[in-house]
Amino acid sequence: MSTRPRFLATAAVALASAAALAGCASDTASSEASLTVEDPWVKTVESGMTAAFATLTNTTDADLTVVAASSDAAPMIELHEVVDGDMQEKDGGFTVPAGETLTLQPGGYHLMLMGVEEPIVAGDEVAFTLELEDGSTVGFTATAKDFDGANEDYDGESMDAESSH
Amino acid sequence: MRDSARHGPSRRQLLFGGAAVGAAAAATLGAERAGLLPGSDAGPSADTAGINGERMVPFHGAHQAGVTSTPGAHATYLAFDLLPGTDRDRLAAWLRLLTDDAARLTQGRGALADLEPELAARPAGLTATFGLGREAVARAGAEVPAWLGPLPAFEEIDALEERWSDGDAMVLLHGDDPTAIAHLARMIVRDSRSFASLRWRQSGFRRAYGSDAQGTTMRNLFGQVDGSTTPKPADDAFGAAVWAGDEAPAWLRGGTSLVLRRIAMDLEGWDEVGVEGREASVGRRLSDGAPLTGGSEHDPIDLEATDASGFTVVNPAAHSARAHVSDPARGIVRIGYNYDDPVEAGAVDTQGRPAVSNVGLLFGSWQRDVDAQYVPMQRRLAQADLLNTWTTPIGSAVFAIPPGCEEGGFVGETLFA
Repeated sequence: MSTRPRFLATAAVALASAAALAGCASDTASSEASLTVEDPWVKTVESGMTAAFATLTNTTDADLTVVAASSDAAPMIELHEVVDGDMQEKDGGFTVPAGETLTLQPGGYHLMLMGVEEPIVAGDEVAFTLELEDGSTVGFTATAKDFDGANEDYDGESMDAESSH
Repeated sequence: MRDSARHGPSRRQLLFGGAAVGAAAAATLGAERAGLLPGSDAGPSADTAGINGERMVPFHGAHQAGVTSTPGAHATYLAFDLLPGTDRDRLAAWLRLLTDDAARLTQGRGALADLEPELAARPAGLTATFGLGREAVARAGAEVPAWLGPLPAFEEIDALEERWSDGDAMVLLHGDDPTAIAHLARMIVRDSRSFASLRWRQSGFRRAYGSDAQGTTMRNLFGQVDGSTTPKPADDAFGAAVWAGDEAPAWLRGGTSLVLRRIAMDLEGWDEVGVEGREASVGRRLSDGAPLTGGSEHDPIDLEATDASGFTVVNPAAHSARAHVSDPARGIVRIGYNYDDPVEAGAVDTQGRPAVSNVGLLFGSWQRDVDAQYVPMQRRLAQADLLNTWTTPIGSAVFAIPPGCEEGGFVGETLFA
């Protein structure tokens, strides 16, 4: 066991350690293993809107773009970004440059779940599927965590959908 | 340091030149960084590696790392009461979440949903040890060990307060950096809100990292060397005392139990006692913890030895005489931390004056079976122990400590097998 920790500036977690998840969040490789999903989690919610986050890594030498996301937990999921504190749909999806990592995190890119009907409670394991531009898909399971942040998502200023609060 | 020959210095040197001799011995032994190897029995040595913040104790393994690793300089105990809705499935989900937090933060990585991952970057030997009370084991539907629950009352000494006692679940965090402990504690209480409420929190300390050579026995706030006889993880006696085996419920094998007693210490009363009385109360020298019958700290105490007038050198009511256990399998392994908290409003000392101190010991012990090992010893001490004059147990809790888990598993998973 290495005695030297990895120093991380964000919630992103070093890839080599990703397999060391203690049993909750599990990562499902895509059919082509082109895009890996690490440390996925989703903010708990009674109903309405919430957000999911993860670290996406492009292991190929060509750019990859996530164009859609889906989950049984929500009838609609949008790919969002936060610009100047306001949330908006990310035009053209999330592009992960070749060989690089894109972090979905509170205050930044995230998966916006809308119209959640069944409560998502702490410790739940929520399955998601990402669809890439080329039509391939990547599945992963996110751990639900109670979280007070990411509230910029819920202000509703730039949203047509109703707030759950 | 069972090998006294390695120490070398005479009693006179130890008495009058202890600091210098200690430093020299530390320098001689100090080439390697003891404590990096769980179970290292190399004895005290200096840390020559410099920066300690990056030191990590592996989280996964057959046993929980907080039991097998050298106790860090700081410790925080968190106890929880389960919420009514925390059923078997929710209990498992909670333990998974907390295990994930601990597995990440002890290895220098931020937790999921951690907005301060920078605080995780210096674990400094951080460990997390999870324990379960009777209610949690019952809700899991697993076999409850007979000893899991409040200790029998020790009416001669106990002055227990609910605010320091019991609980359905417990997490012990220890390591050398209180910032790392605070961050993991925060993640744990935050991730517990949907499952349990915080019942109590107790923090304690030993000497700061680097003040003593690694492996030095701690001192309590009476100034005593405290815990000289407690086995080190690599000792056969440690395993014999600690690890639950076939006699335990299957889910507990490879685990152990924790008794935590919050023991208030009357420093003002202790002030009235001279050195001779202080040493007599324990049966050990204050200077170096050696038995009053001679030798050095880790030499066996001779409870039969008599002085010129025919009395035993060690008072039969001395703490070490009353606590003495010959069979390691009947003994306990101690993990003690000092506390020094603000004086509480209106508190008075034993002379009725406004109190000026609120100090004591968080006495923890690991043992296979509380009833077979801890309780008989505590009974003897309650009946007679000179130290009882200045010490009062004010908190008490017992937890089952499940075995460790491997990557992909979670601590407590054996309850749900």
